[in-house]
Amino acid sequence: MKLTLRVWRQRDADADGGMTTYDVDGISPDMSFLEMLDTLNEELILKGDDPVAFDHDCREGICGACSLVINGEAHGPERTTTCQLHMRSFRDGDTIDVEPWRAAAFPVVRDLVVDRSAFDRIIQSGGYITAPTGAAPEAHATPVPKPDADTAFEHAECIGCGACVAACPNGSAMLFTSAKVNHLNVLPQGAPEREARVLDMVGRMDDEGFGGCTLAGECATACPKGIPLFSITRMNREYVRAARKSRR
Amino acid sequence: MTEYRPYTAYRTGEPVADTAAPEGPVAERWDTRRFRAKLVNPANRRKHTVIVVGTGLAGGSAGATLAEQGYHVVQFCYQDSPRRAHSIAAQGGINAAKNYRNDGDSVHRLFYDTVKGGDFRARESNVHRLAQISVEIIDQCVAQGVPFAREYGGLLDTRSFGGVQVSRTFYARGQTGQQLLLGAYQALSRQIAAGNVEMHPRTEMLDLIVVDGRARGIVARDLITGRIDTYFADAVVLASGGYGNVFYLSTNAMNSNATAIWRAHRRGAYFANPCFTQIHPTCIPRTGDHQSKLTLMSESLRNDGRIWVPKAKGDTRPPAGIPEAERDYYLERIYPSFGNLVPRDIASRAAKNVCDEGRGVGPGGQGVYLDFADAIARMGRKAVEEKYGNLFDMYERITAENPYEVPMRIYPAVHYTMGGLWVDYDLQTTVPGLFAIGEANFSDHGANRLGASALMQGLADGYFVLPSTINDYLARNPHHDTITADHPAVQEALAETEDQLHLLLSVDGDRTPDSFHRELGELMWELCGMARTETGLRKALDRIPQIREEFWRRIKVPGTGEELNQSLEKANRIVDYLELAELMCLDALHRAESCGGHFREESQTADGEAARRDEEFSYAAAWEFTGTGAAPVLHKEDLVFEYVHPTQRSYA
Repeated sequence: MKLTLRVWRQRDADADGGMTTYDVDGISPDMSFLEMLDTLNEELILKGDDPVAFDHDCREGICGACSLVINGEAHGPERTTTCQLHMRSFRDGDTIDVEPWRAAAFPVVRDLVVDRSAFDRIIQSGGYITAPTGAAPEAHATPVPKPDADTAFEHAECIGCGACVAACPNGSAMLFTSAKVNHLNVLPQGAPEREARVLDMVGRMDDEGFGGCTLAGECATACPKGIPLFSITRMNREYVRAARKSRR
Repeated sequence: MTEYRPYTAYRTGEPVADTAAPEGPVAERWDTRRFRAKLVNPANRRKHTVIVVGTGLAGGSAGATLAEQGYHVVQFCYQDSPRRAHSIAAQGGINAAKNYRNDGDSVHRLFYDTVKGGDFRARESNVHRLAQISVEIIDQCVAQGVPFAREYGGLLDTRSFGGVQVSRTFYARGQTGQQLLLGAYQALSRQIAAGNVEMHPRTEMLDLIVVDGRARGIVARDLITGRIDTYFADAVVLASGGYGNVFYLSTNAMNSNATAIWRAHRRGAYFANPCFTQIHPTCIPRTGDHQSKLTLMSESLRNDGRIWVPKAKGDTRPPAGIPEAERDYYLERIYPSFGNLVPRDIASRAAKNVCDEGRGVGPGGQGVYLDFADAIARMGRKAVEEKYGNLFDMYERITAENPYEVPMRIYPAVHYTMGGLWVDYDLQTTVPGLFAIGEANFSDHGANRLGASALMQGLADGYFVLPSTINDYLARNPHHDTITADHPAVQEALAETEDQLHLLLSVDGDRTPDSFHRELGELMWELCGMARTETGLRKALDRIPQIREEFWRRIKVPGTGEELNQSLEKANRIVDYLELAELMCLDALHRAESCGGHFREESQTADGEAARRDEEFSYAAAWEFTGTGAAPVLHKEDLVFEYVHPTQRSYA
């Protein structure tokens, strides 16, 4: 396959960026999108140019490092992570736009690499269960009904890639935040911190500069792990419940 | 540095002994050790700084636990967030001797299975402790909210996993590693928020600082700004994972690397059993030269999938067109009692053998079928989907084939490294104050790791073992002199790091870092992979110094050191692979026996099984560095088996 790439190049956080056009040839449909970028980078290095910087690590769709907007869509045309997107999803001769996540709370570090540390700070504000090592009761002391365990798991699948934020017209982190709130709040182990968790995490999310949620639903469409839009509704309910309780 | 000797002319030095493990019945040793260990007064703990490198299951759990105990933790990871460490990709599960199934499991049986599975090349004391702690890990993780699979009654579900006959593997669909890591990450996040952990993401350790024979800090590079800094502590813990990326293609993450452990080795930490690498039998076969990494399919698939190849060589019919009578379910045929569930090394080698015979399937004949047709007929498609749905989806995304209809194609790939820094029972290396945990050490898996035991070991080390044993070191070494950046040892480490980076940038040759990495990886896969011979290993040992020489002549690294420069990061890691690969080959050459994942063609039984030579090789080989390309010194730790008597492994 022969392709034309238009890639966002930006030297560092303070520099102006812009799209640069590259032609790549000899691309196999079995390559992953990142292997296609590897091919481009090998050529750029030999030419003495700077290769395109992008985040990637496990390349099997679970670490959440890769983060490209491809032809205007977070992670591209398939519902998967960029590393699991294969070139067979494109056609010979296509022109492909490659950009970083675009969101006020995710500043560009270089080229296609962005700073997602705001997500870590949301987790630090309450996305955990306080259970210091050694203090745990026997695992079977508290049975968890299977439907609750399944709901917790479904939300815990979030990989923290940030596609939800990149896809959202408001740059909101509601889907990310709600995934963690729901994972922990549905479990009996998470109950003691249930109210504080949702209030603190939503507060932190707002402080980090993420936009508000207007239930546009783009987040759930872009999510490679299929975190449902219902997750946000569920968190809103948790929030209202906690806010009322804390006012008492 | 000693005088130059050819690399293969290694010398055998003094034996190395594990002096930390107490005497007495194996089941009481951990209690004894904990009782004898000195403690640090809680009020004094915050005065101690501990550096932890890596945030995977071992590092994340250790950082969180040390901080909970009151220590000041300074922690590093190269990823943009501690949540992305490669433990996240572990799929299958975590073992624990809970015996919830009432199927005859016990701590002793898990201990026995692990020693036997490791082909009698692991230390009994360590393995027994691991089995004891396994039960606490599950309790801990459940308390943190790890969403393990559950039965309808609300209790935890388990499954059986490669190489064992009891159902002791706890799991969270095919994402067990992810869920356990997020548990540790969340515990760590709580400590970061509390100010007890100072977290440095996107920062890579490049050297160890040793002052007066003790580990006192690290040199690390901020990957965004390129700034190189020194960090000081009372103890340093390496939790930087394994070194499978020496092979270029492996199931490791692209950036997983050996730099932290290798540079610690250069500073005096012995490196044990480097040739013990695990080749995982169920990976997706490669599709071409562009391949950047290999993807593992959880070995839990072997519980219900049946592995086969055509009976005839060169049979290119599509799988559905090959009648039952013309299929060879070779694992079920050769190993009737374990069948498709034989340990990983056996399954991998059997796949290689049938492919070498010309019976492999798929492009290049480098693959075997893993067929779910019988499982779907027996359990129904829905049940198969419930159990393996996400794995099937992943397979289909990568190969564009639907495994509900066409059998999967699998082939072995490098997956885990049992070797690593030599540590004693306290997980302390031969450099006082330097500890190694998780895959970075060599301790518990011997020559072969059983499925679902890596997660168990990482969390045992991080949550329970290290936080107990490091107390003893810190209590016995309470008053360190403060060191500053102008100390000669610090200046030396800093200068060496900076010089190497400058050199890499200044060669300006005509080959990319990846081209060297690929060349080295192919050589290692070919000559130090699934089957090894003396001739092949000698050839590799001739070739590696030549690649290294060419590397320093022809490497091209664009850009500067004062910016985000991913080519520089890669090239700097390859420098270490080019030295480590040489030690792996030497270790494989010197160990003229087959054991576990290390198969020497010269040492096999009449049926082609690995033949151990216990009289000569019942030891862990701990190597001491003497200089790049210079012959290392071998220190042997004799292995004593008081409880599990070495037998020739038999899974027939």
